[in-house]
Amino acid sequence: MSFINYSSREINCKIVYYGPGLCGKTTNLQYIYNKTSSEAKGKMISLATETERTLFFDFLPLSMGDIHGFKTRFHLYTVPGQVFYDASRKLILKGVDGVVFVADSQIERMEANLESLDNLRENLEEHGFDLDKLPYVVQYNKQDLPNAAPIEELKNLLNPTNVPDYPAIATTGEGVFQTLKAVAKLVLLELKKKR
Amino acid sequence: MDVLYVEEYQAIQNVVERLYRDSNSMAVLLIDKNGQEIASAGQIEELDTTSLSSLTAGNVAATGGIAKLLAEKEFTGQTHEGEHTNIHITIVAQRIILVVLFDQHTSLGLVRLRVKKASKELEGILDSINSKTQQPSQPSIFEEITDDDIDNLFNDD
Ligand SMILES: Nc1nc2c(ncn2[C@@H]2O[C@H](COP(=O)(O)OP(=O)(O)O)[C@@H](O)[C@H]2O)c(=O)[nH]1
Ligand SMILES: [Mg+2]
Repeated sequence: MSFINYSSREINCKIVYYGPGLCGKTTNLQYIYNKTSSEAKGKMISLATETERTLFFDFLPLSMGDIHGFKTRFHLYTVPGQVFYDASRKLILKGVDGVVFVADSQIERMEANLESLDNLRENLEEHGFDLDKLPYVVQYNKQDLPNAAPIEELKNLLNPTNVPDYPAIATTGEGVFQTLKAVAKLVLLELKKKR
Repeated sequence: MDVLYVEEYQAIQNVVERLYRDSNSMAVLLIDKNGQEIASAGQIEELDTTSLSSLTAGNVAATGGIAKLLAEKEFTGQTHEGEHTNIHITIVAQRIILVVLFDQHTSLGLVRLRVKKASKELEGILDSINSKTQQPSQPSIFEEITDDDIDNLFNDD
């Protein structure tokens, strides 16, 4: 849940990157971390297994500039993608302000994408959230791979509600900041709407 | 925690500072359950409080998940002992996390005692925040912010 502190003049928000295992969530955060000046970011924390698979979450605190003398601070989290980490995924969605669904564009990962998307919707509902009412964007990652499905097909399958969506190559950073800025903007607009 | 106004922040900060002194601890940190730091006192210059907040909230969430599996009401506190530093974690009013870092200059007993007192005070302040945020008359920073302001924040490329 967003947290507005009138004393330190900060607006704090939580954004979660969701998606199937190995779709590139951690890579998104790593790219953002590497390209952000040290004043604007905190330490990136990865709770990972010995083989660098996300075990609990990745965490990256980020400042995205001031509005009317208030610092905007975003806490970015990723979830572990593997099916058996569902309990952890649920915990991380608590108090979320905005969601990025990172899809793996490879044709053979389509079922995993759909499964993860269903799982996102279900887990949000358990926290009383409706994905259709939450600031939400979709990213079609791994566009560089030869077996990537056509964008039209990805849109049809994974973005039926037509939220903002972006093709991306997280390893080179293509589309990474576009995705982040889009969701961050939706989060702030939603906060404004709620007042 | 949703909105924190200057007045309540001051009240919270006072409690946190008093707890730091009265418990003879190294540092005190107050965090919301989503991992955002609310207030702190003590020797925090060399502490990465942002990381500590996120990890502690993750820890509390995981422990809470375990409690649920065991059909326990939330575990109310936990202590971890290190070689030099110990950490005492409690949940206040079911929604914020109070962290005390301490060393051999004090004892777990004293820390527990002072934490209990501080928790009560914090609960009172949180109640008053609750009733305040329910009043729609509170001015919001978002009344001054326009959609264009938000657009401009992201228009640097
Ligand atoms: N070719 C290609 N590989 C990617 C891309 N994004 C991530 N990867 C690779 O996919 C693997 C899994 O990425 P990771 O970020 O750990 O996935 P996560 O499980 O979603 O966190 C790593 O080897 C990444 O280097 C991409 O856009 N293109
Ligand atoms: Mg990962």
